[in-house]
Amino acid sequence: MNAAAMRTAPDSVARALTTRRRDFKGTLFTVVLLGSLVVAMAILGTLLFTVISGSLPVWRSRGVGEFVGSQMSADPEVAGIWQAFYGSLLLMVFTAVIALPTGIAAAIYLEEYASDTRFTRIVNANIRNLAGVPSIVYGLLGLALFVKLLGGITGPEVHGRSVIAGGLTLGLLVLPIVIITTAEALRAVPTSIREGAVGVGATPWQTIRHHVLPVAAPGVLTGTILSLGRAFGEAAPLLLVGGITTFFSTGDSNLIETLQGRFSAMPVLVFSWSRLPQEGFRALTAALIVVMLIVLLLINGTAIFLRNRFEKGVRT
Amino acid sequence: METHGEESAMQTIEEQLRGVPARIRRERWIRRFFFGAAATSVVISVAIVASLVGEAWTFISNVDLPLLRSIGWFPRRGLYDISTLFAGTILVAGIAMLVAAPLGLGSALYLSEYASPRTRRLLKPVIEVLAGIPSVVLGFFALTFITPTVLKAVFGDAVGGFNMLAAGIGVGILTIPLVASVTEDALRAVPRVLREASYGLGASRMTTSVRVVVPAAVSGVVASLILAFSRAVGETMVVAIAAGATGGSLFSWDPLTNGQTMTAAMAALAIGSDRVRGDDYAFQSLFFLGLLLFGVTLILNVTSERFVRRVRQKY
Repeated sequence: MNAAAMRTAPDSVARALTTRRRDFKGTLFTVVLLGSLVVAMAILGTLLFTVISGSLPVWRSRGVGEFVGSQMSADPEVAGIWQAFYGSLLLMVFTAVIALPTGIAAAIYLEEYASDTRFTRIVNANIRNLAGVPSIVYGLLGLALFVKLLGGITGPEVHGRSVIAGGLTLGLLVLPIVIITTAEALRAVPTSIREGAVGVGATPWQTIRHHVLPVAAPGVLTGTILSLGRAFGEAAPLLLVGGITTFFSTGDSNLIETLQGRFSAMPVLVFSWSRLPQEGFRALTAALIVVMLIVLLLINGTAIFLRNRFEKGVRT
Repeated sequence: METHGEESAMQTIEEQLRGVPARIRRERWIRRFFFGAAATSVVISVAIVASLVGEAWTFISNVDLPLLRSIGWFPRRGLYDISTLFAGTILVAGIAMLVAAPLGLGSALYLSEYASPRTRRLLKPVIEVLAGIPSVVLGFFALTFITPTVLKAVFGDAVGGFNMLAAGIGVGILTIPLVASVTEDALRAVPRVLREASYGLGASRMTTSVRVVVPAAVSGVVASLILAFSRAVGETMVVAIAAGATGGSLFSWDPLTNGQTMTAAMAALAIGSDRVRGDDYAFQSLFFLGLLLFGVTLILNVTSERFVRRVRQKY
């Protein structure tokens, strides 16, 4: 028995070492894994293809300028996206003004000033949880706070359903994301840079202003701009705080009146148009989505461009 | 004279070391400003809970509790069957996981264990671009492509123009990037020595991936799935667009008909919220649903974070 085993062992070892068996299971596994990526790619491709090909009739018959510049309407022949386009840009600016300074300042406190106290840990955990709250819940917050409670200030003429209410809601929505990405960028700054600044007598603020922020700027900029891109695509919270889904007029008004006035946004319009039964709106919705994706591309492209530029600046 | 001069020099050095009072004051204010910004995040949380609890309490204390168990969710008619929305939510989130889990995990495993750096650079952006697609766009895609082109071909006329299956698939596509990125982070956190030890014993790449790397990173994999489930539960627009049912929905487990999730029911209520100012409590039910949703996603997110931390502690 023992001797037999001794005799066969070298044979099997030799066979295992010399003959090359194809590893079918392994190959199949690789193919399956690669397949899942290919499927994801195919889905993305199909999505872009259906949307772009669906929008072609609109570009052919109406032209980009006519479609973007026309007022919203219930008639698919003349309906445009002007109020939604303008509203989205207005909301983005408002959101940026609210969320970026607050978010960056909060991250600076948490990363540069705060020691590891109970309070800091609670704030950190709280921010991570806020980032996971569904966007529609922020819509409820906006509805209760900016529309119902502060409606007299945010939009007295329109029951609080104003650009200000929408912008504030989106601002709160992206605030945790801005804080998290900024904090990450600050954490990536080497401690030696801070020690160098403190060593030559800089105060905490001077250290941050002249040494930490310039190094962290590319990361902070990229992260915050990308989070604005997220705000741009949100529809659910805007539905709750009263984004207009049909027609409304924008007369001559100054900045304050505009901000306190009614608003629409492109994602909200996608929602209402895609549910309309008329066939004509299918192409219009597709065209609207193409415009949205181009704006998103511009936003993300800006983020990447700024990051590359800043990184070069710091290195030289 | 000499000693006096020395004294004053000592004094100025001491003063200098103490710092300029104006500068210290300024620094203190700057610090307070940043602290205030950080504290706003806590204020937001309190505001969310306060705004939800107030109206939700009005709803609970004014609605006949038997109405919470009826044939379906028809808030404008005073029928608030929560289980209808729970069924819809679990159905959509479940279908979404069936789509997102295999595709997300497969992509992550390939990118982390199989792809060369060059292929990785080429393929990773696919996941990132998919992550940037707004949810309304996927809703439109589910309604105008998945339902008429894919589902009609498979199920024929049994499938409605608005249905939960298409919504679930759409939500699943939306959560693929989340599963892929969180899982990939976990897999890449597994130290190389474990892989090298496995190869050293003669294990193939597949054995190494499945028997060594994935078990080592299993907490992260579980975390990604829980997080994706939480995101699927909270996703609104895909369901609101592709699953129909704006006025309300009957209790049903059939994915081929229209229906509502908790979030879609909230969106539907919000569109008509000007009209729901009668003596019914449809407006308050919005906040009741919001509170439920907030609670469920909070529990899921906290659980998921526990798992993520476990990976971090291990390596």
